[in-house]
Amino acid sequence: MPVRVQTGDFDAGREIASLRAGDRGVGAIAVFVGTVRDRNDDADVGRLTLEHYPGMTEAALEDIVAQAKRRFDIHDVLVIHRVGPLAPGDQIVLVAVTGSHRGAAFDACEFTMDYLKTRAPFWKKERSKDGERWVEARASDDEAAARW
Amino acid sequence: MRDATETAVRLRLVYLARLREAFDSSGETLMLDHEAPTIDDVAGRLRARGGAWADELAPGRAVRFAVNHRLARRDDTVSDGDEVAIFPPVTGG
Repeated sequence: MPVRVQTGDFDAGREIASLRAGDRGVGAIAVFVGTVRDRNDDADVGRLTLEHYPGMTEAALEDIVAQAKRRFDIHDVLVIHRVGPLAPGDQIVLVAVTGSHRGAAFDACEFTMDYLKTRAPFWKKERSKDGERWVEARASDDEAAARW
Repeated sequence: MRDATETAVRLRLVYLARLREAFDSSGETLMLDHEAPTIDDVAGRLRARGGAWADELAPGRAVRFAVNHRLARRDDTVSDGDEVAIFPPVTGG
């Protein structure tokens, strides 16, 4: 399965091993892992809750992976994105790309993340001692996606 | 003989994230009696309710629409039985 949306954590090493298994032509594996930042310096750190739209989120991620495979000369792509409650330091997302050479693998990995940030239906809600607030989308993410 | 209800379009609306809280609703069934309603027609119908609906769906507000799990434009038409989701710009990753 090229995309997974799950509450549980993932083991990047194990996922990479699975992704490349049986493909001796792989010369490059580009990987991105996104984690929850601790945005406060004090001890009372916040919690992040990831919401998604079951059905559309998976379809949107599959479409992004399909686009990456069409646009870049790569072998395979894996995307895992967690949902539900997460704490600072937790892993949120994994994007792994296998290819023969590093250029296309790096590009496809970055493309996939840029498109995920602007097109995949997820929404983050932060909770801190000051209360709860929904994270706002960033213009820089749209600019990054527009480069491709 | 055509029945008036034959032109009715029944939609399943889904509200997500901050909009679910603003509308105080996760979704509802909406009946429209247009021939070929567009996303704009749906938004207009909801805006007419006033309050948070008028506020969040006002022109210029960054709102996204999806029809049957695919992103939709304002001038896309919707059909009987479609699921229309309304949500803020995404913030995953």
